[in-house]
Amino acid sequence: MNTTLDILASASLWAAVLRIATPLIFGVLGALICERAGVLNLGIEGIMTMGAMSGWLTVYWGGSLWFGLLAAALSGMAFGWLHAKLTVSLGLSQHVTGLGITLLAASLSYYLYRMWVQVGDLPPTITPFEPIRFPVLSDLPFLGEALFAQTAPTYLALAFVALTAWILARTPLGLAVRMAGENPHAVDAQGLNPLAIRTGAVMAGSALMAVGGAFLTMAAFNSFFPTMVQGRGWICIALVVFASWQPGKALIGALLFALFDAFQLRLQTAIPGAPYQLFLMAPYVLSILALVLVARRARVPEALMQPYRRGER
Amino acid sequence: MQFERRADVSVTLLVVAPLAAIAVALLLCAGLIAAAGVSPITAYGEMLRGALGSRLSITETLTRAIPLIFTGLAAAVAFRARVWNIGGEGQFYIGALVTAGLGHSLFASLPAPIAISLLLAVSAICGALLLMAPVALRLRFGVDEVVVTLLMNFIVLLFVGLMVEGPLKDPMAFGWPQSVPVDPSLRLPRLVPRTRLHIGFLVALVAALTVWIVQARTVFGTEMRAAGLSPRAAAFAGIPLPRILMSVAFLSGGLAALAGSVEVLGPTGYVTTTMSPGFGYAGIVVAMLAALHPAGVVAAAIFIATVFVGADAMSRATGVPSFIADVIMSVSLLAMLTALLFTTYRIKR
Repeated sequence: MNTTLDILASASLWAAVLRIATPLIFGVLGALICERAGVLNLGIEGIMTMGAMSGWLTVYWGGSLWFGLLAAALSGMAFGWLHAKLTVSLGLSQHVTGLGITLLAASLSYYLYRMWVQVGDLPPTITPFEPIRFPVLSDLPFLGEALFAQTAPTYLALAFVALTAWILARTPLGLAVRMAGENPHAVDAQGLNPLAIRTGAVMAGSALMAVGGAFLTMAAFNSFFPTMVQGRGWICIALVVFASWQPGKALIGALLFALFDAFQLRLQTAIPGAPYQLFLMAPYVLSILALVLVARRARVPEALMQPYRRGER
Repeated sequence: MQFERRADVSVTLLVVAPLAAIAVALLLCAGLIAAAGVSPITAYGEMLRGALGSRLSITETLTRAIPLIFTGLAAAVAFRARVWNIGGEGQFYIGALVTAGLGHSLFASLPAPIAISLLLAVSAICGALLLMAPVALRLRFGVDEVVVTLLMNFIVLLFVGLMVEGPLKDPMAFGWPQSVPVDPSLRLPRLVPRTRLHIGFLVALVAALTVWIVQARTVFGTEMRAAGLSPRAAAFAGIPLPRILMSVAFLSGGLAALAGSVEVLGPTGYVTTTMSPGFGYAGIVVAMLAALHPAGVVAAAIFIATVFVGADAMSRATGVPSFIADVIMSVSLLAMLTALLFTTYRIKR
């Protein structure tokens, strides 16, 4: 009990929360945008890997960090386009296609990395994003380190939560996206093209997923290695359900999850005898529990996973 | 682009579809190989030679195909009933772990045929339970089994790590995290002397034949198909959907666990956390390339095994990263999905 309190009272725990949450925030927002438009994007795990690789590689080749993030977003967009072509235009199974995209994006990332980068004993590194220390505010006890000494992509993630929430709830574009996910026939009746809206949403969402992956290699660590995404994409898919498809709740979900993750990491060192695998299992177990708890009252977008073909019901 | 449904699906198209998909995949990946500075013709030649060029390499490829046949059947059986079992990887590891754990000493005193049959059965039941849990969650709470089975793969792999570094750790392995070995008397006999090919290959063929017979000739097979084609119509026809889906989960999870069990009884003899190079996920590709048909699964598993064994040899000879095998596999999957669409739909002009 005392260990628990000690860990919760440490400033480093709270500083870690936003850092751990950042890739999840990007990922869950991306998955949420796709699903609000009616497309389940299980390509997320691979798209995050691709973002992690392409962003890192751009910087390794001499590009700036921001250019790296842009490259990651573009690579995500490309795979989003492919997913949309197959599931929206051709109406293929979103489950199996998404897994195919994950397998393809991940294996292509590994292949290109091995082809272009000489890996010696240690993987090569880049200079990652440095924390931005806000004057005065970052010296606040406790809150300072947690809120005002994060890297730029973390603040970008928070800005995207607000932007996504505003676009979805308050703009005609958001209305069109939501309608494509609830009732594509109505979109068609309005003279809009549901297939184009869905394609756009999947591409935008996939770009965000890839930026989330890029955070791993460009801010959290400074090198790329295979399997580094470690199921974060799947956790994001679970978080979308947990958040009932709401951006604000998605942020809370990602933060809660990150708090738990940061906590278990510290508990691991605090209890030396216990097998570390038990602690590492916890995030996945928690995701499944969260799914079960909310599944009954989840308000799923009405047309999620239903391909739209004009003239077919 | 507008689509219209074909009046009927021709068998010719179903056979042509995977061949076309594989051709497209090999063509696209030729570009990637060329980007690595190697002639695609040389590379593919090396792959063929490495996988099928000698008696030894052929047996090696067939050995590699054994777990893929099982995980491929597991995915095919489940997908046909629209049970999205993506947990083949976890079920594989549970099967392997149970086999090593019980086969080390507990079952070693029994006569070998009985002990091996028991090991296979117990492993299969454990794998089956591992899939029945998420399917039960779907039936009871409406939780998507795709995400749950995916997340469970990570949990199972960590659990295997915990066991092979803890209770099941082999004290004779010089500190390597590997499990205790199964008793030598329980290892499956070789099919071809002085190679790794073992009679597990025949077991896999029998499994494929059994699944085929069950699907084509039994009431349960028809009910499974009906549950997948149209759950509502199936329920209306009086088919007890929950029971059928749970039975499908039992069959599918059991088959995937058999892959792990046979792998331990056959080539490896013990469990490590790296013993599967993604057999569970590759099984999904195998099932799709087979258009979910058991006979096709055997052929597709041998194809995927050829790609992986061949890519290793090709990588050693030319320096092209062996990850090309995974790329070929995933492009074939996406191409096959597209090709399957054109077996049921045609473009309207």
